[in-house]
Amino acid sequence: MTPEPDLLSIERLTVDLPSWADRRHAVEDVSLALRRNEILCVVGESGSGKSVMARSILRLSTSRHVQPSAGRILYAGEDLLEASAERMRALRGSRIAMIFQEPMTALNPVLTIGRQIEEAIAVHVKRSPRERRQQVLDMLAAVQLPDPERIHASYPHRISGGQRQRAMIAMALILEPDILIADEPTTALDVTTQAQVLALIREMQQKRRMAVLFITHDFGVVAEIADRIAVMQHGRLVEHGAAQDILERPQHAYTRSLLAAVPDLAPAPARHDFIGAATALKVSGLQKSYRGKGLFRAAARVVHAAKDVAVEIRRGETVGIVGESGSGKSTVARCIARLVEPDAGEIRVGEVDFGRLASRALRENRKRIQTVFQDPYGSLDPRQSVGSLIAEGPMIHGASAEAARRRALELLALVGLDARSADRFPHEFSGGQRQRIGLARALALDPDVLIADEPVSALDVSVQAQVLRLLAEIRERLGLSVLFITHDLRVAGQVCDSIAVMRHGEIVEFGRTETVFNAPSHPYTRTLFAAVPGRAWSQRRAAARESS
Amino acid sequence: MRAFLSRFVRHRPAVLGLVILLMVTAFALLAPLIHPASPFGLVGRPFQPPFGEYLFGTDQLGRDLAAALLYGARTTLLIGLIATTIAVLVGVTIGGLAGYYGGRLDAALMRLTEIFQTIPFFLFAILLLAVLTPSIVNVIIAIAVVSWPPMARLVRGDFLAMRDREFVLACVSMGMSNARIILRHILPNTLSSIIVTASLMVATAILIESSLSFLGLSDPNVMSWGFIIGAGRTAIRTAWWVCAIPGIAILLTVMSINLVGEGLNDALNPRLRTL
Amino acid sequence: MGGLNRGLRYVARRLALGVVTILVIVVLNFVLLHLAPGDAADVLAGEAGAATPSYMIQLRQKFGLDQPAYVQLGAYLKRVATFDLGYSFRHGMSVTDLILGRLGPTLLLMLTVFAISVGSGIALGTVAARNLNRWPDHMLSMLAILAYATPVFWAGLMAIVVFSIKLGWFPTSGMEQIAAFNEGWARVADIAHHLVLPALTLSLFYIALYTRLMRASVLDQYAMDYVTTARAKGLTERQIARRHVLRNAALPVLTMAGVQFGGLLGGAVVVETVFGWPGLGLLAYESLFARDINLLLGIFFISACLVVVVNLLVDLSYSLLDPRIELT
Repeated sequence: MTPEPDLLSIERLTVDLPSWADRRHAVEDVSLALRRNEILCVVGESGSGKSVMARSILRLSTSRHVQPSAGRILYAGEDLLEASAERMRALRGSRIAMIFQEPMTALNPVLTIGRQIEEAIAVHVKRSPRERRQQVLDMLAAVQLPDPERIHASYPHRISGGQRQRAMIAMALILEPDILIADEPTTALDVTTQAQVLALIREMQQKRRMAVLFITHDFGVVAEIADRIAVMQHGRLVEHGAAQDILERPQHAYTRSLLAAVPDLAPAPARHDFIGAATALKVSGLQKSYRGKGLFRAAARVVHAAKDVAVEIRRGETVGIVGESGSGKSTVARCIARLVEPDAGEIRVGEVDFGRLASRALRENRKRIQTVFQDPYGSLDPRQSVGSLIAEGPMIHGASAEAARRRALELLALVGLDARSADRFPHEFSGGQRQRIGLARALALDPDVLIADEPVSALDVSVQAQVLRLLAEIRERLGLSVLFITHDLRVAGQVCDSIAVMRHGEIVEFGRTETVFNAPSHPYTRTLFAAVPGRAWSQRRAAARESS
Repeated sequence: MRAFLSRFVRHRPAVLGLVILLMVTAFALLAPLIHPASPFGLVGRPFQPPFGEYLFGTDQLGRDLAAALLYGARTTLLIGLIATTIAVLVGVTIGGLAGYYGGRLDAALMRLTEIFQTIPFFLFAILLLAVLTPSIVNVIIAIAVVSWPPMARLVRGDFLAMRDREFVLACVSMGMSNARIILRHILPNTLSSIIVTASLMVATAILIESSLSFLGLSDPNVMSWGFIIGAGRTAIRTAWWVCAIPGIAILLTVMSINLVGEGLNDALNPRLRTL
Repeated sequence: MGGLNRGLRYVARRLALGVVTILVIVVLNFVLLHLAPGDAADVLAGEAGAATPSYMIQLRQKFGLDQPAYVQLGAYLKRVATFDLGYSFRHGMSVTDLILGRLGPTLLLMLTVFAISVGSGIALGTVAARNLNRWPDHMLSMLAILAYATPVFWAGLMAIVVFSIKLGWFPTSGMEQIAAFNEGWARVADIAHHLVLPALTLSLFYIALYTRLMRASVLDQYAMDYVTTARAKGLTERQIARRHVLRNAALPVLTMAGVQFGGLLGGAVVVETVFGWPGLGLLAYESLFARDINLLLGIFFISACLVVVVNLLVDLSYSLLDPRIELT
């Protein structure tokens, strides 16, 4: 198959950053070509410049401080960087369209979906109101939205995230552009919704023979839909080529390390079977529901975040809870730690009936269950030094200031941070380092059970690998019992001995990791696995690894 | 601390405001030294224009306007600061408790705050002083009573947001007592918005006080800028300076406080230079 | 149908809260009544000595001043519920009638101020935001800072000195030239002429407030993702400003304007006093002067009722303007 001609050609693009930023260029000397009828995935971690590059094509930079300073972007024979504002406006939405990551904020909250999409038409072509409306309804049906009439009349906050993203796709494609630029369009979606939206994008691309520039940080997504791949790091283009080549025979060291950091979709080798080990945590009959706001709704909207949930963790074991957003997994974690009060249920930590303790006894026993949180930026008090953050726990429980400080320094060393970190403040550390600090803080009280609530979800994939490695080392060393919450099956496979799958507040399946991965019994579990992007690629990788 | 000072100094209007405010404070504190006699004393012919024998002239009874201004400064600042302090303490307590504990306590306290906010505050202050007869203490009480609701709302909002932040949850999971969480972790993180709001409240308190004394509701034993203006109203066609000059004093004082407040805001909440 | 149902229930709930507020105010009034110097009956009769002795005896009987407090409170509540707020001898009519008669001019003043301040605030705030950090923005900021710090009564007095006394462009006081006996449009024009200075004086502070708020709000909106989406569709900056940003940015300003209604009433007291505008505010001042606590209490009560009703209307209109707000 002869390659299609270049539709869009980025030549030696350089985008400057303002003087107060930590480097000179957001994008440096990048040359890339996009051809018709292909999906080109640009992949990189945060700060790689991939988003800035994508926005430069339509000159949609978010700030006037971030502007292209060199290079050309050629489309249909003209340099877009030199084009007039008029010309750019004529192209936007009609020949080159763009969709963004967060559909909730990308849509105007006070206008209906229908109006916003019709506006996309009206800006470029003259049509009668009836024609416009019909065109929008047809497009909404084409993106497989149920009940297009209702969606047309709805406000953005009334429909689900997946539906919003489909509506955005409809809005982008309604005038049949040549090029679609997609900036992390599925990152904010659940894995099952993501699978549907990816399939939709692929289908639309093939039907219309469009060129799609797809920005993402997720190699699974890349493996799923890319025809060609470009890898970026620190504003530079590190490697690019056909998808197969990059995925299976990466040339550049950075590409190789990125790929190595993505966990396989396979269970890690079993550690031991824990039969006969003492029970560290036993939870049964856990219930929690939330009453929706507004007593005047028909059938008061009651959300069952946890319905009769039971979990058991043996000493030294890591049990994972996997589910999508809204499954209740975070609620269960918070209920177990009694950060949120469950409506009913028993929680036993070792011998202690943790669930029934109150006030003083509860406060004294809280040290038995400690949590590592998800958000590296919100989980540390910005006004306290790292050392005092870690030492505070022991001090509250009676340790002297020097003893607590010594413990803090020990723990900092354990998590791989310099002793000097103790006197610094959280904002001086990167996301991965902050999660290490969070881990040190959680370990300071020598807990019986450690709850890790999506501890790596907010981190770049290479940093994620480091933190997971650290966690694995520490749990071996200390014999920790861990409850690991995650939405990412790859991570769960790597870290957990047993896995519970949650959906709508219920545990639908529970078993050893190998069993859940290789022979899932519940249909939802199977759907979940089927939706993981890049599944086939991961399986090939795992097989190749076995045979070598 | 040094970072805070350097950021404040960069904001030139704020520095100007600070200078004016310090001058006004100095005059207020030094009034008895500069003009030992009572400002109510009659010193000369009435309605002498400014820049004559007396710096700012005399009012309709022959009182020295400059002296009146000096002593008025004391009253104004005193009332402004004390009323605000009371309002801040009440507001922070109510708002903090409501925001932190949530649930029924929050609902009850917020209903209370709403009711207070619905009451037309100026009319209420007038009514209160009409019934209780004007004195410095009563004026302070009247102003404090109408000023606390906005602070309570602000603090409640902040505390409510902080309560769900993960670092606060971490404190709870460590077995920290509520008092320690509030005092050591939540309050320091909300202090900057409280300070800024408090500084603006002082300005508002001064405006309310001057309006009340303009209407004749000030303590008859102390000199107040609003009072001078109110008393000078009848002679406005001829001796307009009696009304004009104290008003300028009020304007400068309030403006300087507002500028300092803005400077504090920028210095305490440095907006990260985002792209 | 569900929507209408929800709406009605919401109104009912808010009214209930309003009634509670008013009850609290009435009780407050009752307490103040008894805190005032002198006999409660003296206070209720208005100025000391103005009532006829027989009326005084009637009052004392009616209130049963020897009865326990809660009985008196009950009686007071009943009276207020029927809007029987007493009688003013000085003016020669019932307090209720007196207040209602003066309500018109005050409402005229307040609505004018509301319109001017919100309209100007939105317009000027948008100008400032669109000219960020250039001279129009700096100039507006400075003017706003000045206006914000200016005491309303002083601004009024200075306005009179400059525009009425020295320049003679506007009358110094009153709502109309009563002696002229104007009718129809001539009367409207005359009232409007008298309205200019009081309305502008009171608006000053609020224009400053809304301008700064609108400026911040517009800047916030421009930082939002939906603006980028709109650009990606090919809209011109003008279209974006008009169709997308303006409506979202104006919402917080309208919210603030609703909240400020109570403050506006207070400002009206001062402005009406300075300009002799014959509204509730001036009535309050006069009753203050005459030590007529009863009349003051009546004004306070009616004003509170007004604020409750306005707050309810404002809340309802938000839910119409912002589809995200659900009537809960």
